[in-house]
Amino acid sequence: MSEQIAPTRTPAFEARLKKRYAAEKRFKAMGLAAIVFSVAVLVYLLGTMTLNGIGGFQRAEVAVPIDFTQAGISADPSVMGTSQAMQSLEAQGLRDVVQYFAIEELGEAGAEEIGTQAWRDVAAAISADPGIVQRQETFWIPASADLAQGLAGEGSAEMQALASQLAEEGKLAKNFDAGFFSRADATNPQQVGIWGALKGSILTMIVTLALAFPIGVLAALYLEEYAPKNRWTDLIELSINNLAAVPSIIFGLLGLAVFLTIFPSYRSAPLIGGMTLALMTMPVIVIAGRNAIKAVPPSIRDGALAVGASPVQVVFHHVLPLALPGILTGTIIGMARALGETAPLLMIGMRAFVASPPDSFTAPATVLPMQIFLWSDEIDRGFVERTSAAIIVLLLFLLVMNGLAIYLRNKFEKKW
Amino acid sequence: MSPTLLLLLALGLGLAGWLAARARAWSFRRASPDGRLASLPSYHAWYVALWIVLPVLIFVGAWSAIAPGLVTQSVLATPAADQLPAFGFQRQTILNEARAVASGAAQGVFNPLAREFVEPYREAISRYNWIGIIVTLAIAFLGGVWAFLRLKPDFAARNRVEKIVMAILLGASLVAILTTLGIFVSLVFETIRFFGMVNPIDFLFGTHWAPDPMANAENPDPTRYGAIPLFWGTLFIGAIIAMIVAIPLGLMSAIYLTQYANPKLRAWVKPALEILAGVPTVVYGYFAALTIAPAIRDFAISLGASSASSESALAAGLVMGVMIIPFVSSMADDSIAAVPQAMRDGSLAMGATTNETIRRVIVPAALPGIVAGVMLAISRAIGETMIVVMAASTAANLSANPLDSMTTVTVQIVAMLTGEGSFDHPATLSAFALGFVLFLVTLGLNFIALRVVKRFREAYE
Repeated sequence: MSEQIAPTRTPAFEARLKKRYAAEKRFKAMGLAAIVFSVAVLVYLLGTMTLNGIGGFQRAEVAVPIDFTQAGISADPSVMGTSQAMQSLEAQGLRDVVQYFAIEELGEAGAEEIGTQAWRDVAAAISADPGIVQRQETFWIPASADLAQGLAGEGSAEMQALASQLAEEGKLAKNFDAGFFSRADATNPQQVGIWGALKGSILTMIVTLALAFPIGVLAALYLEEYAPKNRWTDLIELSINNLAAVPSIIFGLLGLAVFLTIFPSYRSAPLIGGMTLALMTMPVIVIAGRNAIKAVPPSIRDGALAVGASPVQVVFHHVLPLALPGILTGTIIGMARALGETAPLLMIGMRAFVASPPDSFTAPATVLPMQIFLWSDEIDRGFVERTSAAIIVLLLFLLVMNGLAIYLRNKFEKKW
Repeated sequence: MSPTLLLLLALGLGLAGWLAARARAWSFRRASPDGRLASLPSYHAWYVALWIVLPVLIFVGAWSAIAPGLVTQSVLATPAADQLPAFGFQRQTILNEARAVASGAAQGVFNPLAREFVEPYREAISRYNWIGIIVTLAIAFLGGVWAFLRLKPDFAARNRVEKIVMAILLGASLVAILTTLGIFVSLVFETIRFFGMVNPIDFLFGTHWAPDPMANAENPDPTRYGAIPLFWGTLFIGAIIAMIVAIPLGLMSAIYLTQYANPKLRAWVKPALEILAGVPTVVYGYFAALTIAPAIRDFAISLGASSASSESALAAGLVMGVMIIPFVSSMADDSIAAVPQAMRDGSLAMGATTNETIRRVIVPAALPGIVAGVMLAISRAIGETMIVVMAASTAANLSANPLDSMTTVTVQIVAMLTGEGSFDHPATLSAFALGFVLFLVTLGLNFIALRVVKRFREAYE
C-alpha cells in the first residue's frame, strides 16, 4: 500500500504550493490596500477641507489709526450701548471721519478699498467702550473683497500691487476674524458669518428632538413591550423599517406637500424644517430604542411584576431607565444625521438668503449644511475659504456628537 | 401667533393642575382612617394634568394651522380689500408684505398698497391671538375641573392614567404609519395630477427630457417629459460607477478586518470607516465639485478627450462610491461574522489557505447577506441628492461615457421644485412623479434586501 502514495513533495506540488501562498499574499495585500485607500480618502478629504478652511477663519483687514480728539465725535454713555448708538454715530458723521483717516493713512486708492460698511465696526467698538473717543486708536477695518483677493495673489494686477505695497508697510494683514462666529449671511465674503446658520440649525434641532425623541421612544416601548402580534403591529413594524430606508429627499417632498399646505406662512421656518427632519429621525430612534429595550433582561420585568407592579409601572420605573443609555446613543446618532442633512430642507424652501439670525421658531432661517451649499454656488474666491471654514465647524459638531455617542455606549454598556 | 406661547401656557396650566390634584389627594389620604387610597397621590395628579395638557395640545395644533387662514379672511373682509388685484401672484405678495410688517418680521413695505393692510392685519392678528389664548384657557379649565371633580378617595386614578398612557403609546407608533401614508398619498396625488397632463407612457419611456417651466401649463409638450435619460443617469452614477468603487473596497475592507487584522488595528480602522459614513453629503458634494471634478477634467483633457466637462458622471459616482464604502463593509462584516466558525475551521483543517477558505467557503456562505447589503447600498446611492446636485449636471444625456455630463432623478426633483414654475405647472408636478418612481424603486430594493437577509439568517440558527 505505501508504495501507492506518491511522495507529496513533488516539484509540481512545490510549484503549486508556491502559487497558492503567493495568491494568499496578494489577497491579503489587496485587503490592506482597500483599507489604506479608504482611510487615505478620508484623510485627504479632511486635509483639503482643513487647509482650505484655515484661511476662512481669517480676513484681510487694513489698519486705520483714528484720532478722535480731532474728530469731534461725542459718545454719550447714556446713548451708547443702546440700539440708538448706531444712528447717533451715523448722524455725527462717523462714516466721513473713518473715510478721512483712511485717506490720510492709506492714500486715495487704498481708502477706496475699505468696505462700505466698515464704519459700523468702528461704531460698534465705540458703543462698547465710549472712552475711545477721548484718544487715538488704531482699528483693523475689513478690506474690500477686491483688495482681499489682491492680497491672496489673485484678481487685477493693480490691486495686487496695492495689496503687496500695503502689506509691506504693515497696514494690510490677514487677521483672525472672531466675527465669523457671530455674524450671519451676507453678499460679500469679507462680511459673512455662520452664527445665523448655526442658530437656525440649533432651533431646527430643538424642534426635531422635541418631536422625534418622545414619539420614537414611546413607539419603541409600545412595539417591544405591549404590542400584540397581529396584522396591525406588523404593518407598523414594516412601515418603520421602510421609513428608515426611504431617501431623505422624499421626506422633503412630504414636508412640501403636507406641512407647507397646512402652514403656508411658516415657509423656511425652523419649525417646518424640524418637523420634516423629525419624521426622518424618528425611525432611527425607534430601531435603536427597540434594541436597547430588548437588551434589558426579562428577569427585571418578572421581578417587578412579582412584587405587584402594573405593566405600565414595570416599563416606566424599571425597563426604560435601564434602556435609556442605549436609546440616547441611538438618538445622538440620529440627530447627527439630521444635523448634516440638506436635501429635505432644500425642498421646503430653507435655501433663502437670510441676512439676520432667526429669533424664533417661525422666523425664516437657514441651517449650517444649507449655508455651505449656498456658499458653494458663489463664484467669488473668498467664498471658497469661507465654505471650507463652515465645513470645519460642521464636522467638529458631528465629531463631538459621535464621540459623545461612543462614550455613552462604552460607559453604559452592560453585560447582564 | 406663536405656538410656543400657547405650548408654554399649556405646560404651566398642566403643572398647576398637577399640584392642585396632588394636594387634593393628600387631603383625602389624611382624612381617611387607615391612610390608604385606591391610587397614589401622584396618579391623581397625573390624571388631572393629562386631562389639561392633552386637549390643549390638540387644540394648539389645530389652531396654529387654521388661525393664519382666519386672519387673512378677516383682512379680506375689510373695505380696503376691494383695491386688491383680483387674484394671483401680486395679490399674494401684497398680503405677505403687510403680514410681515404687522407681525414684526419686516420693517417696511415696498408696495404702497400693502401699507393699507398693515393695520387690519395687526388688528386681526391680535384679535385671533386673544381668541386663541382664551379658548386655550377655557379648554384647560374645563378639562381640569372635570378631571378634578372626579377625584375621590376610592377613585382608580392609576388605571385611568395607564389607559391614557397606553393610548399615547399606540398613537406614537401610529405616527410611522401616518408618515408612510402621508408620503404615499402626497406623492400619488400629485403624480396623478401630472399624469393628467402628460401621458405616463411618454413619461416612462420617452428619451428626451427638457421640461420648460415657462411654457404654457395648459398644453404641455409630452415629448419633453421623457424620463429615460434620468433613470439611466441615476443608474449609471449610483448603481454602476459608485458600486464599482464601493463593492470591491467595502468587501475587501470587511474581509481584511474580520479575517486578517489584529484587534488593535480593527479598533482604529472600523470607527475611521464609520466616520466616512457620518460626513454630511453636502461636504462630499463640495469635495466632489471643488477637488475631484476639476482633477478628472484635467486628466481627461491630458488624455486627449475633447468634450470633458467639469460636471462629469464619473466625479459624482466616484465620490458617492467612497461614501457608500462603510455601508457595504458593515453589512458584509455582519454577514461574514454570522458564518459559523466550524465551517471556517473545517476548511482550514483540510489544508486550504486563508484566502481559499474566504473565497470558497466564507464568501459563498455569506453571499445572501452581502447581496442584501449591496442592494441597500444601491438604494441609498440612487436616493442620494446633495452629491449629485453639486457635482453632476442638469443636462439630461443618454450616454455610456462616464466623462459626459449626466443628470439624475434627485437632481431633477431639486431643479424642478426650486425653479420659478408655479405649483400647478406640469414641470413642477413632474418632480413628484419622479419622487414617486424613486420611492417605489428604493422601497422595492429594501423590501427584497430585508427578505433575503431574513431567509439567510434562519439558515444557521
